[in-house]
Amino acid sequence: MSALRIYVPGDAAAVACGADEIANAIAASASKRKIPAEIVRNGSRGMHWLEPLLEVVTSNGRIAYGPVELKDVESVLDAMIADGGDHQLRVGVPEEHPFLKKQTRLTFARCGIVDPRSLQDYKAHDGYKGLTKALANPGGIIEEITQSGLRGRGGAGFPTGIKWKTVADAKADKKYIVCNADEGDSGTFADRMIMEGDPFVLIEGMTIAGIAVGATKGFVYIRSEYPHAVAVMSDAIDIARRAGILGKKIAGSNVEFNLEVRVGAGAYVCGEETSLLESLEGRRGIVRAKPPLPAHKGLFGKPTVINNVLSLATVPIIMDKGAAFYKDFGVGRSRGTMPIQLAGNLKYGGLFETPFGITLGELVNDIGGGCFTGRPVKAVQVGGPLGAYFPPALFDTPFDYEAFAKKDGLIGHAGIVVFDDTVDMAKQARFAMEFCAVESCGKCTPCRIGSTRGVETVDKIVNGIEPEKNLAVLADLCHTMKFGSLCALGGFTPYPVMSAVTHFPDDFKPAPRLQAAE
Amino acid sequence: MPSYEPWSAERTAQIIGEHQGLEGPLLPLLHALQETFGYIDQAAEPIIAEALNISRAEVHGVVTFYHDFRSAPAGRHVLKLCRAESCQAAGGDALVARAESRLGIPLGNTTADGRITVEPVYCLGLCSVSPSAMIDGKVVARLDAKKLDSLLAEVDR
Repeated sequence: MSALRIYVPGDAAAVACGADEIANAIAASASKRKIPAEIVRNGSRGMHWLEPLLEVVTSNGRIAYGPVELKDVESVLDAMIADGGDHQLRVGVPEEHPFLKKQTRLTFARCGIVDPRSLQDYKAHDGYKGLTKALANPGGIIEEITQSGLRGRGGAGFPTGIKWKTVADAKADKKYIVCNADEGDSGTFADRMIMEGDPFVLIEGMTIAGIAVGATKGFVYIRSEYPHAVAVMSDAIDIARRAGILGKKIAGSNVEFNLEVRVGAGAYVCGEETSLLESLEGRRGIVRAKPPLPAHKGLFGKPTVINNVLSLATVPIIMDKGAAFYKDFGVGRSRGTMPIQLAGNLKYGGLFETPFGITLGELVNDIGGGCFTGRPVKAVQVGGPLGAYFPPALFDTPFDYEAFAKKDGLIGHAGIVVFDDTVDMAKQARFAMEFCAVESCGKCTPCRIGSTRGVETVDKIVNGIEPEKNLAVLADLCHTMKFGSLCALGGFTPYPVMSAVTHFPDDFKPAPRLQAAE
Repeated sequence: MPSYEPWSAERTAQIIGEHQGLEGPLLPLLHALQETFGYIDQAAEPIIAEALNISRAEVHGVVTFYHDFRSAPAGRHVLKLCRAESCQAAGGDALVARAESRLGIPLGNTTADGRITVEPVYCLGLCSVSPSAMIDGKVVARLDAKKLDSLLAEVDR
């Protein structure tokens, strides 16, 4: 009898729900029963309410069970041994689950399916097809990426092809590819999932970027809050190096490309590209004034492509299937798919990759299932701590860069955090200012001072101290921060603050005080 | 529970030597020092400055800029509670208040007996299974009062 092949995700979200203990218990139980079992620590499928979601290979393909707790291990293993038999936790064929069936997985095509530490598995699932095409026609890479309409997935939405062209055209003795994996926005975890579930796709994407612009060295800057991602990414780079697809002559060509993982140190502002470059160079993460652009003078003063994990991880499939294939998805100027992250107070949280154009309401209510507390949704914050709060009245907004900008919001890194009706929006506005004050790098005054004044002003408003006058001060302060800050930290903090004021004015009325009767 | 070596200048110099060849060595170097000693001793700063040919002020500036680097050892256990929006939406604030009252210290402090340090963290990327925490490097999701109490009970032993 061949060994039972069981998948237990090693993704941090699954591990945080007990996946490590489950993996150990399954292994122990199988060995006690003298049943040969091979346990693969895959990435997550992105259905996080079902984590730990175990899968077994059966004669009918992979069958999933979840969420598995320690007390279920014996009975789930019984069902697995019975060729994917019945169990109250049986989810069935994962791809048939409506949450996955409704998705279009391009960037996340392999995540949760392959063994992240197996290059063989990666190649068996279309891996390195993009690189092969890129090596066959290096001069055509930038045109292909430009034609695909791919825009920066980190939040700014800048066309990737144009950024690469600028670096390619720059003359220098050395160029760099930097991957921004400092995914600090609350409500986002797509970068982490890719690095933990399909790290080779990022390596392949960065290698293609290197070939396109003539860079021989790349860095993946991962935040220190992601120890699992750091571990998997580092292992994958080692494996790729040993297999000769990173190094002096990659994949038998004359092209050189090397990669190194670097770990951040707990500074949110280092997600801003110039601050990240400072940090990589070994300095305080202080934002640089632009120009010069990183594309001209980036890391160590050399021309540098700096892209988000998702942008780079989408490059291989574009190279493999062609720009037209990718561009065919999406709406308006937002082409392709977006891995949307559903989080906060939501019944069905997880990763949902879909073409641009789906409405916010569909995401929150139809796919996310509303609040797990069973209470009505009051607000959703889209795009991290610097994103606007949307009320249900704006749920018809389609998910695309321009549509969100039109509603004074942003899609950012596509994280959606849902709040029920117990949330106090004045408190959220205060938190946005407080967070900006804690994380400000201190270089520019609007962000450094404005954020602290913002906290004080919100406090005055909710304490009933000249509320009308202070609301005007708050609006004025936000205006100064928005247009006077050097980077998005100070510049975008007004989004959550002003959206809270605009859409939830009642929360900013002073709390009714009990009359002092005596 | 992590264990650390007592700070020594020799060991510091050795770790510096291991990292000096990197492009932009300071952050990896500081991480290595903290992993070894549990914190960055101020006496290490002039040694680093000398080796990297930068000023002591630059080294001190970097050590103090980043939230991760400690200037003094933490408690024997470190509990990080996520305070970011997704965890707030899922009831995280109440858990922070509970931890603070159980331990008798506000976030960002260590108990007087040096048993535990409790700190805020702004997002562990576990937002779909909020609220979340990290204890001695181990991630915990779907935190509730019961789970929090058992985490605190574990470090009591």
